[in-house]
Amino acid sequence: MSTVPISWFLTLSAVLFALGVAGFLFRRNIITIFMSIELMLNAVNLSFVTFSYQLKKIDGHLFTFFVMVVAAAEAAVGLAIILTVFKNRQTLNIDEVDSMKN
Amino acid sequence: MDVILFLIFALIALVCGINVVLQTHPISSAVSLIGVMGSLAILYLLLGAEFIAAAQVIVYAGAVMVLFLFVIMLLNAGVEIKRGRSFMVQLLGIPLLISFLALMVWFVQRMYPSATGVHFGGFTGGTAHAIGTALFTTYLLPFEITSVLILIAILGAIVLARKEMD
Repeated sequence: MSTVPISWFLTLSAVLFALGVAGFLFRRNIITIFMSIELMLNAVNLSFVTFSYQLKKIDGHLFTFFVMVVAAAEAAVGLAIILTVFKNRQTLNIDEVDSMKN
Repeated sequence: MDVILFLIFALIALVCGINVVLQTHPISSAVSLIGVMGSLAILYLLLGAEFIAAAQVIVYAGAVMVLFLFVIMLLNAGVEIKRGRSFMVQLLGIPLLISFLALMVWFVQRMYPSATGVHFGGFTGGTAHAIGTALFTTYLLPFEITSVLILIAILGAIVLARKEMD
C-alpha cells in the first residue's frame, strides 16, 4: 500500500507559508497583502490537520475550525477598514498610506 | 494512488500559491487563492478531515473569497504601481526568505524522517459528529467566546463601512 510521508504535507505547508510571507512583504496592493495573510492562515491549517492525523486526535481539527472563524471575522473587519481607507484617500497603494511613518 | 492524488493537488496548490504572489492584478490573485483553498480541501479529505474540508470550501473558498472579490470589484482595483525599494531590501529579501524556508523544511525532515505515512481512511475521527461532540464538551468556552468575537466583528464592520449620516 502506497502511503504519503507526513513530512510532505508539512513541507507543502511550509512552502505555502513562505509564499504568504513573500506576498505580504513584496506586494504593494493592500488587498493582495490581505490575501497573503489568508494564504498563511491556510498553510497553518494544513499543519494542524496533518498533526491531527499523526496523533489520531481531533483537537487539530477544532483549532482549524477556530482559525477559520477568526479568519472570517478578520476578513469582514479588514475589508471594512480597506473600504474606509479607500474612501478617505482614493488609493489602495500602501506606499501612499504613510501618515503614521516618522 | 494516494501519492498520485497528493502530488496532483499539492502541485495545483503550489502553482496557484506562486500565482497569488506573482500576479499584478488583485482579481487574478484572488482567483488563484481560490485554487489554493480548493486543492487544500482535497488534501484535508485525504487526511480524513471531512468536516474541515467542507467548511474550507463553504467558508473560505465560498464566503471569504466572495467578500474579497466584491471589495475588489467595488473599489475597481487595478494593476498595482511598483515603486523602487531600498537597496537593503532588494539585496536581502529573497535570500532571507529562501533561508527561512530551507530552515523550516530542514526541521520538518529532521522531525519526521518518513516514519509514518498518510493513506486515505487511516483516520476516520474527523466527522461532523465527532467535531460537534468535542466542540460542545471540551471546547465549549472557546466556542462561546468565538461567538462573541463574531458579534463584535459584525458590529465593527457595520460601524466602519457605514455611510456618514450628517
